[in-house]
Amino acid sequence: MAINFEAALGIHDQALALRSQRAEVLANNIANADTPGYQSRDMDFGDLLAQAKGQQGVAIQRTNARHISTAGEMGLGSDLKYRTPMQPSIDGNTVDMQIEQAEYTENALAFQSSFTFLNSKFRGLMSAIRGE
Amino acid sequence: MSLGNIFDLAGTGMSAQSIRLNTVASNIANAESVSSSTGETYRARHPVFSVIRDQVNQDAFGSGFGNDFNSMSAGYGVKVDGIVESQGELRQKYQPDHPAADAEGYVYYPNVDVVSEMADMISASRAYQTNVEIMNTAKQMMQKVLTLGQ
Repeated sequence: MAINFEAALGIHDQALALRSQRAEVLANNIANADTPGYQSRDMDFGDLLAQAKGQQGVAIQRTNARHISTAGEMGLGSDLKYRTPMQPSIDGNTVDMQIEQAEYTENALAFQSSFTFLNSKFRGLMSAIRGE
Repeated sequence: MSLGNIFDLAGTGMSAQSIRLNTVASNIANAESVSSSTGETYRARHPVFSVIRDQVNQDAFGSGFGNDFNSMSAGYGVKVDGIVESQGELRQKYQPDHPAADAEGYVYYPNVDVVSEMADMISASRAYQTNVEIMNTAKQMMQKVLTLGQ
């Protein structure tokens, strides 16, 4: 019986990768907080995580070559959404520093949680290997 | 690891904000630099920011999980496009006994609005601090990842 890492780690490794990606998008928003015309971006985390999960295992079955595949359609910023501005500034910038900071902090905490889960999965595997 | 990009992103933000702080300092320092003609008088300077849209060493579009997400970015930070001089009206004062007065007794003061420059300064320094904070948090996240499996 082989240990299947993908099955053992569950969704947490993908969640961790997505969290770090989202941190990048939010950091870019904050860096451009004073750029005229810059529109704040964010990702639909649940949607992307579901997509990532689909890529890993349970994808929609294609019985015909002309069926559209659900996996691997991500990329080139198509999944980044625009944030609805509460009060856009007159130069067209829609970055709200407070919202971005809150989202960034929340994202960092969720990253830590995902990490903790992932770490405990590894610990479980380690103790299984050691047989303790 | 895309967390490393956050250091670049926040770094561009910090450098842009420090340039802005630099222009504010220059404007305030020269707020009372008079001259005897409109052409020679100091004018308020302000940086123009824009988004860095493409990354120089951008990864080729791969099929792997990580690569797919690498290409999903709104931008790669902020850059200073240039520094523009304000075209606002210079302050003209009638001071005939001023050493720099022109033939009609006028001296020209820069169009620096010290109050708005001070506000700009605080805004720039707060934005700088936020970028430092972002970098710090990213650092903590990376350090945490390094302890994986321990």
